[in-house]
Amino acid sequence: MRNVLVTAGREIRAGLRNRWVLATTLLLAALALTLSFLGSAPTGTVGVGALDVVVVSLSSLTIFLVPLIALLISHDAIVGEMERGTMLLLLSYPVARWQVLLGKFLGHFAILCIATLLGYGAAAVALLAMGTVATAGSWAAFGALIGSSALLGAVFIALGYLVSALVRDRGTAAGAAIGLWLLLVLIYDMALLGLLVLDQGRSIGGSALDALLLLNPADVYRLFNLTGFDNVSMFSGMAGLSASAALSPPLLLAVLLAWVLVPLAAAAAAFTRREL
Amino acid sequence: MTATIHLSGVGKRYGAVEAVRDVSFTLPAGQSIALVGHNGAGKTTLIKLMLGLIRPSSGSIRVLGEDPSAGAFAARRRLSYLPENVSFDAALTGRETLVFYARLKREPPTRAVALLDRVGLGAAASRRVGTYSKGMRQRLGLAQALLGEPQVLLLDEPTTGLDPQLRQDFYDIVGELRDRGATVLLSSHALTELEGRAERVLIMDRGSLVADGSIEELRRLARLPVRLRITSGNGAFPDQPPNWLGPGEEWRRLDSGRIAEIACAGEAKMDLLRRITESGGSIADLDIIPPTLDELYAHFLRSQEKPA
Repeated sequence: MRNVLVTAGREIRAGLRNRWVLATTLLLAALALTLSFLGSAPTGTVGVGALDVVVVSLSSLTIFLVPLIALLISHDAIVGEMERGTMLLLLSYPVARWQVLLGKFLGHFAILCIATLLGYGAAAVALLAMGTVATAGSWAAFGALIGSSALLGAVFIALGYLVSALVRDRGTAAGAAIGLWLLLVLIYDMALLGLLVLDQGRSIGGSALDALLLLNPADVYRLFNLTGFDNVSMFSGMAGLSASAALSPPLLLAVLLAWVLVPLAAAAAAFTRREL
Repeated sequence: MTATIHLSGVGKRYGAVEAVRDVSFTLPAGQSIALVGHNGAGKTTLIKLMLGLIRPSSGSIRVLGEDPSAGAFAARRRLSYLPENVSFDAALTGRETLVFYARLKREPPTRAVALLDRVGLGAAASRRVGTYSKGMRQRLGLAQALLGEPQVLLLDEPTTGLDPQLRQDFYDIVGELRDRGATVLLSSHALTELEGRAERVLIMDRGSLVADGSIEELRRLARLPVRLRITSGNGAFPDQPPNWLGPGEEWRRLDSGRIAEIACAGEAKMDLLRRITESGGSIADLDIIPPTLDELYAHFLRSQEKPA
């Protein structure tokens, strides 16, 4: 365990030094602040539900941005260190490969948590400063947004490691990471929508749709944030879906967690088998 | 003397390429060994096998009593490695880097800082490794290899990029560790540099071990001629081959004939000197130049190329 923490510490230190943390925090904060100011427009100056609108728009933003940032940090983690030659020395030390991977994961996850917490936290502080009144339920939804965004980041860090452990060189890793992002964030939903339109509800029932949604971590995240809280789902236009869906928030969280653990375990297995 | 590294019948193939074939040797504690060979002769592969970074296709390896690829930590804590072209995370400072490696070896961070001073990086300790020159990175690599009283040091081309002063310091440090009972394996192709510093030489050629022994043993085996430089005591040597020259012995005149250089078999040199004095020659000075490591190395590689 100590080796894991030492590796995580190095990763965080390097992240702070590389301005990774700073850049991601600023990016997320800037977008979150923009959305929270723009987001108050549809509800007018009364401001009731302003926070809920922000949760809806922020979660849509997160689906695009957080996976991209996570893949950017993680796709290079193994293959990059191998190409630079630093992995050779590190693995001659009394440290297991899974410890290296887990340490890196904790470090990268911490970097992403700091960025999400500070970036989205800035939006919350700004809303409070503008005198926004929000119910406890809205705050709970906002808290869940930050937590699940970090978890979505963890999913894509783990997927990035899997790519990094499998490919031969950094260029391939970068290409595969972008492909993965396009597939899960953009193409999957479009393809699913097309499929539903074509099918006209003939063979794909509610449970089949649920299963298809669970196969994409980005959709799991979307469902969790847009249907998990009644006050939010009203604004997201998914109130109907949430009422009919059999997917409860705890189940969705469990699926997201599985989306972290399975790729991470697969990455560790691939990395352990790999010869330097 | 106890053995720290033992290889028997080790082979490693990558697809169709046999990087290492049927290599066996035992390295004892308290010895420094030179591993020499061309680029691509299998030196680095052999070191990676000993580190457990790759698994042998055949044969078995024991390092400090353990199979290195089994992933146990006890042996690795007492083993250190300096890769060829060592590199570090450019974002961290020299001190942060070394403290990180010290923590992985369960060494107190203060030891790491002391080592930085020892390799002459004390002043640059808080600069980022990205700003280091090649020589400074090599020193940092050396510092990490010295962490934690290693009992086995595997050093791959350790002195590339070091200036002569630091090179000397490096061999002093390595000698010290060896005297305290460490096995030091130096891979190199700068052979002249290893002369007098390695008690034993392993020569690799295209994946096979072609020679193994002390430099003296290899010299005897190779039967390479020694060169005698004789300064005449009574005028220049004549132009034509002198009558005391034995069969198969070559000679040439240096310094406008004042010096004769004769290449003769090692065991024939006393006979040669006797013949010179008996024929009335006078010897003012005498230098004996034994075959260098470079010549030995070239000899063993040549003997490989000839079909047996």
